[in-house]
Amino acid sequence: MDTILETKDITIAFGGHVAVDEVSVQIPEKQFTSVIGPNGAGKTTFFNLLSGQLRPTKGDIYFKGESITKLSPTKRTRKGIGRSFQITNVFPNLTVLENVRLAVQSKKQVRFQMLKHFKSYKDQEEKALELLGEVLLKDKANSLASNLAHGEKRKLEIAMLLALETEILLLDEPTAGMSLEEVPAILEVIHNIKRQGDRTIVLIEHKMDMILDLSDQVLVLFNGQLLAQGTPEDIMDNETVQSAYLGGLYDDNSA
Amino acid sequence: MDLFFNLAINGLATGMLIFLLASGLTLIFGLMDVLNFAHGGLFAWGAFSGVWVYDLTGSFTIGVLGAIVTGLLLGVLTEWLIIKPVYGNHVQQILITLGFMLVLSEMLKVVFGPNPIAAEPPAGLEGSFQLGDVILIKYRLFIILIGALVYAITFFILKKTRVGLIVRAGVMDKEMVQSLGINIRFVFMLVFMAGSALAALGGILLAPYSGVIYAEMGMEFAILAFIVVVIGGMGSFTGSLFAAILVGLAQAFMAYYVPSLSLAVNMLLMAAVLIFRPQGLFSLKGGA
Repeated sequence: MDTILETKDITIAFGGHVAVDEVSVQIPEKQFTSVIGPNGAGKTTFFNLLSGQLRPTKGDIYFKGESITKLSPTKRTRKGIGRSFQITNVFPNLTVLENVRLAVQSKKQVRFQMLKHFKSYKDQEEKALELLGEVLLKDKANSLASNLAHGEKRKLEIAMLLALETEILLLDEPTAGMSLEEVPAILEVIHNIKRQGDRTIVLIEHKMDMILDLSDQVLVLFNGQLLAQGTPEDIMDNETVQSAYLGGLYDDNSA
Repeated sequence: MDLFFNLAINGLATGMLIFLLASGLTLIFGLMDVLNFAHGGLFAWGAFSGVWVYDLTGSFTIGVLGAIVTGLLLGVLTEWLIIKPVYGNHVQQILITLGFMLVLSEMLKVVFGPNPIAAEPPAGLEGSFQLGDVILIKYRLFIILIGALVYAITFFILKKTRVGLIVRAGVMDKEMVQSLGINIRFVFMLVFMAGSALAALGGILLAPYSGVIYAEMGMEFAILAFIVVVIGGMGSFTGSLFAAILVGLAQAFMAYYVPSLSLAVNMLLMAAVLIFRPQGLFSLKGGA
């Protein structure tokens, strides 16, 4: 099993506060890795370092053995690292289909022939519709994205991420802020992506029961440090994790 | 009735000229957060270069094309030399574009001389015709027609092409467009060039309308265009059309009925919008 993404001692400090502290992990290719940890553990900051929104104070990040530490988010996306954000990130005044079409066409360089009517690019339109089917949103194709329910926006966001055809998907709490009724549908979408088996998925999650049956590997962050790395079974049996994360410090895992 | 129509058409024509200037300004601002105070300079350069070509060739059409080419060239140079080094820094943008505005304005005097230059409508668009009781001045109708055409074409590009989709999305959230891996800088350069060409087109169209062009006209119209951008909602293309017409009409009617208020009316309109609807009349960003 090859490592596709690797961090070596990455650290970032904001003033005196060390948000991510010398974290070294390997993300295996085409596997499902979960990142868990209590609020403020540095999970999202860790993602920001992987996707390039933040630059580490020290340490390095490697994609397929090549250092990407200094690359901008755009360049990392082009290399093959796509991410979603914890706050839903869709274009509110575009239709659902336009949102996905934008992501589909983003793989092409911007050129002057883009002034042609978009209908002359049937393949892109069809690809966008196909992706909407994959995330169970096809019937909403022509609604404005701002009119979608929260859960539907998250699905749209995943469709846009899929459209980028990146090898790695970084999903930042895809169920955050969702109502209980909305959660199963998004889980189904994620299950489907995993079942296709051709992508590396890294996912931040809060809800333990959800990640356990999905994950091949679990990373536990606590106070910015990597507390444990292993299979879901290892993590459940790990006493340090239990006391720090599953125990008194964090009781919200019953959900 | 006659008077009302004449004032309305006058106002519409002025509004369309302001629209040509403001539409580029609003998209440039919406897309890259760039405050371009040199925009009026491109407008004046369009007028002077267009009139120069018009005089030289005797063809108004070629004059208009000359103005558009000037706009495109100056646009690409401005974006490359002036705007690019100061992305993301508003204070520097204001200083350098305002300074560049002065340079453009003074350079006009160096190249074309310090005196105002007269301009006449082309043969086919001179004079007026009568429709019922109303006398319609041909050239004003021509301006309104061109303005409507520019609106329709740009609207089509924004709504129906792939570049248009990127522009609309970029106005909403340019970081997110970048995170999709799209090179928004290149798109911005296109928008900047198009905006400059539209400003230059506005300049050459104004020349026969006002009958005379002078170096300071750029600044005068740029102020109106900024008012329009604020009223219409920053980044809203359709907003800039409606706000420009509103400003044009307000000015035309006030100049006749309450002349002492004609200069203040646009400022008052803007103040009212800022107080009651600070996001602008059309705040649906990127909805085109």
